[in-house]
Amino acid sequence: MAANELKPDTWIDLYADYLFNYAVARVSDAEIAKDLVQETFFAGLNSAKNYKGDAAERTWLIAILKRKVIDHYRKINSKKGKAEVRVNYNASTDSEGDWLEEQVADPFSKEGDSAMENEELGVAIQECISKLPKKQSLVFSMKTIQGMSTEDICNELGINPSNLWVMIHRARTALMGCLNQNWF
Amino acid sequence: MKISCEQASNICNKSQYKEASFWEIQKLKLHILMCKTCAKFTKNNTALTSLCDKAGLNVLSENDKEEMRKKLKEHL
Repeated sequence: MAANELKPDTWIDLYADYLFNYAVARVSDAEIAKDLVQETFFAGLNSAKNYKGDAAERTWLIAILKRKVIDHYRKINSKKGKAEVRVNYNASTDSEGDWLEEQVADPFSKEGDSAMENEELGVAIQECISKLPKKQSLVFSMKTIQGMSTEDICNELGINPSNLWVMIHRARTALMGCLNQNWF
Repeated sequence: MKISCEQASNICNKSQYKEASFWEIQKLKLHILMCKTCAKFTKNNTALTSLCDKAGLNVLSENDKEEMRKKLKEHL
């Protein structure tokens, strides 16, 4: 029984940001991430007939994107990529000159951990946002993520400020509830 | 100086985007002293803001999405 079906028309509205965040976290380049997301949608269309419907649309797309990310790294590590020598000592000119010492990981650095945690957090937030009604998620991401001013958003969407604040309020309340179990 | 819970939540939301005025914030602070529910709401709301900041979320611009839509249509 096919519980889920594909609706490619809605993909970009529903999943583009989610997939984009996922990709950016892994390739750390917005342009490449954008291309990967686009390729994912193409690949999704091409293999739509293989979709059995036992996974949710989003899970299915993220699985494709995962392969695309792996392919991307394979490509840059191909023969041509490997021919380049990528040891760049002296990245910062004020280094002391002890190569080995400078390569050792700093055991007190929390950077790696927190980066990973933040990435998971980003995915969790994005998931919660995608569960919101469309108008709310749009307003919320315009306001919070893109940091647009109230006035601009009102002009663009043709709503008045009190309307906007009501939607923000609903979105934030829903997000608090959604994130509550794991992140507060 | 007294405000309703509805007004308080409104000010709280605005202050998450630094759009509440100084006096509004004073009123909110006073209200929080008397109202447990709003105090909790404010705490969670602030936490949500800091989570969103920490996550460093990215979104595609509408233009990018429009371009994607076009390409996807061509592909169909």
